[in-house]
Amino acid sequence: MTLATLLDPFQYDFFLKGLVAAVLAGALCGLIGVFITLRGMSYIGHGLSHAIFGGFAAAPLLAVNPVLGAGVWGLASALAINGVTRQRKIGADAAIGVITTASFALGVALLTKFGNKGATFDAALFGSINGVADSDIYLLVGALLFAVVVFTALYRAFLFSTFDPEVADVSGVNVKRMDSLLMVVLTLSILSSLTIIGVTLVAATLVIPAVVARMLSDSFSRMLYLSTAIGAVCGGVGMYLSFQIDIPSGTTIVLVNAAVFVVVLAGTGGRGLKRTGGLDDHHDVPTTAPLATAGR
Amino acid sequence: MPQPPVLPRTEPLIRVEHVSFGYGGAAVLRDVDYTVEQGTFTGIVGPSGSGKTTLLRLLLGTVTPQHGAVHFRPGIAVSYVPQIETVNWSFPVTVAECVLMARSTRRLLPWATRDERADVQRVLERLGIGELGHRHIRELSGGQQQRMFIARALLRKPQLLLMDEPTSGVDVGTRHEVLHLLDDLNAEGLAIVLTTHDLNGMAAHLPHLVALQTRVIASGTPQEVIVPDVLEQTFGARMEVLQHLGMPVVVDSAGDVLLRGVAG
Repeated sequence: MTLATLLDPFQYDFFLKGLVAAVLAGALCGLIGVFITLRGMSYIGHGLSHAIFGGFAAAPLLAVNPVLGAGVWGLASALAINGVTRQRKIGADAAIGVITTASFALGVALLTKFGNKGATFDAALFGSINGVADSDIYLLVGALLFAVVVFTALYRAFLFSTFDPEVADVSGVNVKRMDSLLMVVLTLSILSSLTIIGVTLVAATLVIPAVVARMLSDSFSRMLYLSTAIGAVCGGVGMYLSFQIDIPSGTTIVLVNAAVFVVVLAGTGGRGLKRTGGLDDHHDVPTTAPLATAGR
Repeated sequence: MPQPPVLPRTEPLIRVEHVSFGYGGAAVLRDVDYTVEQGTFTGIVGPSGSGKTTLLRLLLGTVTPQHGAVHFRPGIAVSYVPQIETVNWSFPVTVAECVLMARSTRRLLPWATRDERADVQRVLERLGIGELGHRHIRELSGGQQQRMFIARALLRKPQLLLMDEPTSGVDVGTRHEVLHLLDDLNAEGLAIVLTTHDLNGMAAHLPHLVALQTRVIASGTPQEVIVPDVLEQTFGARMEVLQHLGMPVVVDSAGDVLLRGVAG
């Protein structure tokens, strides 16, 4: 392989756009992934991406902007999951399973019946290097800026409500508002990353950089930097590989993430694994004012 | 949102009047009267499901009574210390970062000011863990974990400290450590209310107890509350109470039944 071959992708405008989008999407998912994994909400990231797919498929048929339609659909799904869970008749994981897979199935049905009028089916599922529009990049930049501003300005409140929602709530932090804001940022992140990473794989980019960052660091603030950087680098490298070996970009991005995970796991050994011990506390949905709802 | 009724500054810190509360139709508290006076130290004793935590929530103001009222002294600051068993000790924060969480609503930006760092260090030193600020929370012993949470609570300069089962799941040495620390803080004027189901290890050492079983069964000193009749009404089981160095010691008579079974 010559240098010319290695640099070949950079002469194409569509690749450069895809590369920028992949770096931004990776950074964004890496950043919010810290909160998602530390809150034990990995499954909701997986579920929400599937729910958003329903809106993505339905919106063009309703003559609605796909991004707007998918965003509204995703938020509605997140709120529905919260609502069903608060009634405490079925568990959060069951609520996510029902609502998000039903939404995904509806998306598949609409696409099968009416054909796709927006992104291609495969691209929506697995991400694509092709067709990254300027508007996609603007959306990603907007989402990343929004996430950075929110997490910087409300850093302490997010940290407290992630670590100890029970005490945060009685210490003046509006935990319910923090949870809702996190859901908005999460929906926006998934939505803006969908064309690059795809519905079925976006959850991995939410989880893997954050878990790797946790293996490398015992500091919450350092985790935020590390996870964002790891997500961005994996996004860029994954997009490059996608071009070179001609497989969907979401797939290569996730595989690069997984490779980094394996390398870091091998490098940090038991110490890294031990640090991730608290990440499996499964909440599924944001924990709102548990003192008001927990056991007596 | 309606503000809770407030009491004049000469009044008790919190007054609970004829409060009833339930979850999904099942009564958890019935017609409970209870007053938190300034500088007092009270243990709420009762078995699981007796309403201890609900009473704590009423004092925190996180639940509203369905009947009756809870009156708060104006400007009262109440801090809460959770059970250390419920905490994710792998969470990536240091002791100082954890204590600083108490200042989450005063400043938006992430980094701590010089004054904030000094305040955190002062409160850590007051609790005897001044050298542990940079440590990861996972590296603390049980007693140090409790001290860290109490430090976080104290950073808000409360008049009242509420604690949920502070000695649940800790060893004897840690229990003594926590008891002595709370006694010191109370001597400095801090009012403390804690829940416990540990009669011998915790409740018998406190100056004032409330026995709760949906309603207040008894209220007074350990000598007045830890007596067989009150315990039977509270815990639903007959227990013997012996005296040791002027303190009541509860003996679970189930042990006798088992021993008799073995002997027979």
